[in-house]
Amino acid sequence: MKREINRRQFVVTALAAGGGMALGFALPKSAAKISGRPWESLAGKGDIEVGPWVVIAPDDTVTLRIGQSEMGQGVMTSCAKLLAEELECDWSKVRVEYVSVNRHFRENKVYKRLVTTSSSSVRLGRPYLQQAGASARERLMAAAEQTWGVPRLELTVKDGVITHTPTGRTLRYGQVVQKAAAIKLPAEPPIKTPDQYTLLKKPTKLLETPPKVDGSAVYGIDVRLPGMLYAAAKASPVFLGKVKKYDADAVKNRPGVHSVVAFSGPEIEAGVAVVADSYWHAKSALDLLPIEWDEGAHGNDSSEDYFKKSRAALDQPGAKVVTKTGDAEAALKNAVKVVEAVYEVPYLDHAVMEPYNCAAQVTPDRVDVWVGSQEPERATEDASKITGVPVENIYLHNCFLGGGFGRRGNQDDVRQAVAIAKQLGGRPVKVIWSREETTRHGYYRPMRVSRFRAALAPDGTPLAWTTRLIGVDENYPGDEQAIRGLHRLPYRAPNQLFDYHLQRTHVPTGPWTSVGRSQNEFFLETFVDELAHAAGKDPYQYRRALLDPSPQFPLGKAWIQVLDAVAEKSGWGKPQPKGTGMGIAIGDSRRVSRKEITICAVAARVSVSQKGEVRAERFDVAIDTGPFLVNPLAAERQVEMQVAMGLAATWKQEITIEKGRVVQGNFDSYPLLRATEMPEVNVHWVRATDEPIAGLGEEVVGWVAPAICNAIFAVTGKRIRSLPLKKHDLSWT
Amino acid sequence: MLSLRVNRKAYNVDVEPETPLLWVLRDTIGLTGTKFGCGMALCGACTVHVNGKTVRSCVTQASQVVGREITTIEGLSPNAQHPAQIAWREGDVPACGYCQSGQIMAAAALLAQKPNPTDADIEREMTNLCRCGTYPRIRQAIHRAAQIAGKG
Repeated sequence: MKREINRRQFVVTALAAGGGMALGFALPKSAAKISGRPWESLAGKGDIEVGPWVVIAPDDTVTLRIGQSEMGQGVMTSCAKLLAEELECDWSKVRVEYVSVNRHFRENKVYKRLVTTSSSSVRLGRPYLQQAGASARERLMAAAEQTWGVPRLELTVKDGVITHTPTGRTLRYGQVVQKAAAIKLPAEPPIKTPDQYTLLKKPTKLLETPPKVDGSAVYGIDVRLPGMLYAAAKASPVFLGKVKKYDADAVKNRPGVHSVVAFSGPEIEAGVAVVADSYWHAKSALDLLPIEWDEGAHGNDSSEDYFKKSRAALDQPGAKVVTKTGDAEAALKNAVKVVEAVYEVPYLDHAVMEPYNCAAQVTPDRVDVWVGSQEPERATEDASKITGVPVENIYLHNCFLGGGFGRRGNQDDVRQAVAIAKQLGGRPVKVIWSREETTRHGYYRPMRVSRFRAALAPDGTPLAWTTRLIGVDENYPGDEQAIRGLHRLPYRAPNQLFDYHLQRTHVPTGPWTSVGRSQNEFFLETFVDELAHAAGKDPYQYRRALLDPSPQFPLGKAWIQVLDAVAEKSGWGKPQPKGTGMGIAIGDSRRVSRKEITICAVAARVSVSQKGEVRAERFDVAIDTGPFLVNPLAAERQVEMQVAMGLAATWKQEITIEKGRVVQGNFDSYPLLRATEMPEVNVHWVRATDEPIAGLGEEVVGWVAPAICNAIFAVTGKRIRSLPLKKHDLSWT
Repeated sequence: MLSLRVNRKAYNVDVEPETPLLWVLRDTIGLTGTKFGCGMALCGACTVHVNGKTVRSCVTQASQVVGREITTIEGLSPNAQHPAQIAWREGDVPACGYCQSGQIMAAAALLAQKPNPTDADIEREMTNLCRCGTYPRIRQAIHRAAQIAGKG
């Protein structure tokens, strides 16, 4: 490490002496805020650890370790701020790196949780990261106490400089860190409450940005290792199929080909990989490799059939009842006005920009894995299971992730790569999937069908409300994903019934940004809009009136505050030009299933040409911040990201199954949102509650679809009850 | 053996002539800043410059670029000081960042051709995909880069 710094400094000197480039060229490593290879420690030999998260150098450089994975949220900056808020160090001297996953296992899960899902990084990380920062600070203060022989009460600290107030003497963290490392605190210090925050709440530029604009950020797909082989893999096109046979001889003499290996095992989709000296050699040989598949029992399955079965299930008895208040069925029978609607949404893929990949090296007593993972802890456990090497000897090097959205917490990429690497006699191999393979072997957002019915009183308010949901392949404990948001209505209706059926297919499903909400909120917030229309009321005012704060729904007041904010900021109710309309939607993520919530309201302004071409013009998003946001700058970007994600899904994306396999392959059949289709996004922060919010990683997505579809109804009079939009004729006269 | 000039350096690479430039850059030469996204020129993550013009390297055969000046994100500027890179940092443009090498290369080519591009120019020329929806930030950063370059 030392040698490398010296060498780099030499380069700078030589250039400067030669009258070369501007100063600052080839900075010494210590000046970087983050390494392009974030799993490699930046800390040098003389740097000293004060607890597992905090490392301080004699020159006061502070290295903070991050257990969460960076995939576009700015999470390394956010977690570093949680530590630094308490540490009271100089933020300009902070740099970040990933924690060692191996150390986590060797030291009894010292980093608490190496998981990045469910908007949880700040929500769950805040207490223990603050504590780690506070603990390190008090050890440094105790070291100053010892040095000067003065009481703690006479010491203050700011920006990593400790001052003895009576005498004005100062000590820098770098001067006392050696002593601090040996100090054990008698008790853990208290941590700040949100009203005491200073660094938190402020917008902070992202430490993650620089390596992402010069090509130095290493994503899993970029890893290069000495002696590394490359593999192109193809798994059974029909899920749960098997490899019947393949003809390795047909490709073994192709340029660069090393070997052909089959892979299978628990939770590994069976398939074949060609291993070669470059990815291109591996991929071109794989394309020519004859493979015969045993398609198993599902070679004729189709998503069209799944939808038919789901629609049929709407009328099947025996649904599991979740909510029953009063007698909704009776009220519906006796009602004068009944509104009924059936909604459907398709499977969706995550379509991350970085095709799936993983590099692995398996030797009898040590396994190394390089991958961008949302769950490095579980990935390590999986690698251990497949190889029999204990977790203490697995070294997972987490990389930057080229998108995650829930997809990269399934570890299928890791299991497959380890199964391949196991057959290569200890040589490292990087497995890369083609875009088509990436699309066709996902863990998809489940498709879903639902039916809503409501009986309206003469004043238009619902007397009875029933929801029946048909969930397909819901892999969540307590069917949480399927029922989320629907099982306790925010809107007032005296008689309620919510029940559901579940169906199984062979299609793998998993979490997709907002888990459950992207389906259920489309249903719920479209149906409320239908009720408003049936009642002859303005959709915003109608919702508002049904949100009366009551003992049944104590959050009503906060909801109304957020709803009012979005209505005001978006110019709701102002006359729109012909062909332009607005739609509104509101909700909170995770209500009931968690204590923490994030209330979000979306107003979309959309124009639709008479030919039916949609243009999303502007999105206004109002969100409750609770008492603080860790980094408003990152938070705003999270909102923009989710509008793009939700819009692409609503507008044009669907995964369909024919003959047991996924039809879509590349971005031509599974399109992303284009620059010209991105609306203006205005984010409005609202302080509506006093508790910290659930987070912001996926708390907006659910309301994008209903907002835009309600706007389209406002323009065209056409109610969108199934997605994506591209399947509908939206022309109007 | 093909002779390529990449980032003002000469390389002799032992690849089949039809090998996509993308994989020569990434696997043979080791410049991994240029990304693989789709392999069909649909997304632009693999955008590089050939004689100053953008090409999608995933569908450009190595033999087609012999004798041309190839520039990747790593060679766009010394110390990442191209106005676009400065503007990208100022605006914290990248989210996941995977597409941003390609976006920056596309923006740099646009700025070279039109030092003060209009929104319409940007809309026409910037066709690379971004899954994270950083498009409005990219547009702002291009205007900012034009300003920085103008002052420089």
